[in-house]
Amino acid sequence: MTSIIEVRRMFRRREAIALASFALLAVLTLGSSIITSFDWPSCLRSFPKAFSWLAANFIPNGKALANAPKILARLAETVLVSVMATVVAAALAFLMALLGSKTTRPHPVASGLVRLVASLCRNIPVVAWAMIFLLSFGQNVLTGLLALFIGTFGFLTRAFMETVDESAESSVEALWASGAPWAATVMQAVVPSVMPQVASWMLYMVETNIRDATLVGILTGTGIGFLFDLYYKSLNFSSAAFVVICIVAVVILIEAGSNALRRVIL
Amino acid sequence: MAILTIKSLTKYYKDLRALSEVSLKVKAGEFVTVIGRSGAGKSTLLRCVNRMIEPSSGLIEFDGIDMRSLGRRDLRKARTRIGMIFQHFNLVPRQTVIENVLHGRLGYKSTLQGSFGIYSDEEKSHAVDVLARLGLAEQMHKRCDQLSGGQKQRVGIARSLVQDPRLILCDEPIASLDPSSAKTIMDHLHRISRDMKITILMNLHQVDVAIKYSDRIIGIREGGIVFDDEPRRLKKKIVAEIYGSDADDILFEESPE
Repeated sequence: MTSIIEVRRMFRRREAIALASFALLAVLTLGSSIITSFDWPSCLRSFPKAFSWLAANFIPNGKALANAPKILARLAETVLVSVMATVVAAALAFLMALLGSKTTRPHPVASGLVRLVASLCRNIPVVAWAMIFLLSFGQNVLTGLLALFIGTFGFLTRAFMETVDESAESSVEALWASGAPWAATVMQAVVPSVMPQVASWMLYMVETNIRDATLVGILTGTGIGFLFDLYYKSLNFSSAAFVVICIVAVVILIEAGSNALRRVIL
Repeated sequence: MAILTIKSLTKYYKDLRALSEVSLKVKAGEFVTVIGRSGAGKSTLLRCVNRMIEPSSGLIEFDGIDMRSLGRRDLRKARTRIGMIFQHFNLVPRQTVIENVLHGRLGYKSTLQGSFGIYSDEEKSHAVDVLARLGLAEQMHKRCDQLSGGQKQRVGIARSLVQDPRLILCDEPIASLDPSSAKTIMDHLHRISRDMKITILMNLHQVDVAIKYSDRIIGIREGGIVFDDEPRRLKKKIVAEIYGSDADDILFEESPE
């Protein structure tokens, strides 16, 4: 008897919690819209107009297609910068991950330091890094490359550390127990164990960097982002739309390619 | 002659005492198993011998070397003469059998040679011999992730044998194997101890297996030794003491006595 009462009480408590959570969310949403004087009805009403404008202006026309060689050249630049930032960052991140991972770290202090630097690089958004470097390096490719590099380095260090801990811990233990030196253990046990994951993370970062490079390019005046900004601000919307379509196509292409590559590696 | 002498070995994990004042001697060529409940300190004891876990206090003498006094470099050198076999085999799954076996030689090689996996012809033919003796000649060029559990453990044994060890530490070597593979592994280890005169110190969960293969059994409970003698002296009452009295009827299908 008492147990039934307890169960009922438990369910009632759970209902009360669900109700309270819902009410809290509702109050938060309403409160924020009032504070920011966000007008829901006019927001919803603006949708049809926005779409019809898009349909009218954001369709590539002949003028846009004439810009194709320029767009493709800039796009290639963006892709190459992304690849370069990823490869260089990955090489450094792998070394740092070896110092930072619980499995291979030479000393806990090194590990703490690496984790701190990595999380600093990672948690400041790439766009913020770009703005920081903009002041010191000016509007050029180097600024964008550096911003992508720092963000990628932070992310990959963290990812590689986890990969090392996950897939190499046990074989590293075995080799250390047999008296193998650190470098040999890394080369013979860690590298072959983590290679597929490392490659997979690098492909992921190339994809992410192409997307980020577009944003960063708007700031640094380079790559495809610059071209988009240029067309957009000169009200050449059809060319701007063509840029967007090209970016989407390249991102999808690269993702398909890297998925195929992943299947081969893993 | 004792190849391994442990005196008053104590290990604390923060405030938790995992081993307290453990003392034991292992003679060269002896096959010694350590039994006890999970968490009794078996694994800690084994790993303190090669300092994969740092002891808090006490003496560990292996082959006349005071293990605790060794610096990084000398410790590595001492470890080359101590093989280790693990419950989960601890191989590099994406590498081939022969590559994994040769890893046992890395402790003897220069950093450069080791890093790039450059082994002498002598080392290679030794590895091939060892594999043949363990019945893995056919599997030599297979990747380790394609092997069965029993085969993986034999690769682990081969890896420790090419070290040319004086002592092999076995941490639950058959705990994740089926009964028939487990028997193969135990037979191999027994032969290694008998024919090659390599000392074996093994953690084991199966009391019947320990009785069958060991020269000596050490029972530990709550980090202390409660039994250290020949298998025939391990009476039911003592097993009950090692495992806690309630385990008495679970552990034996046939009573040893």
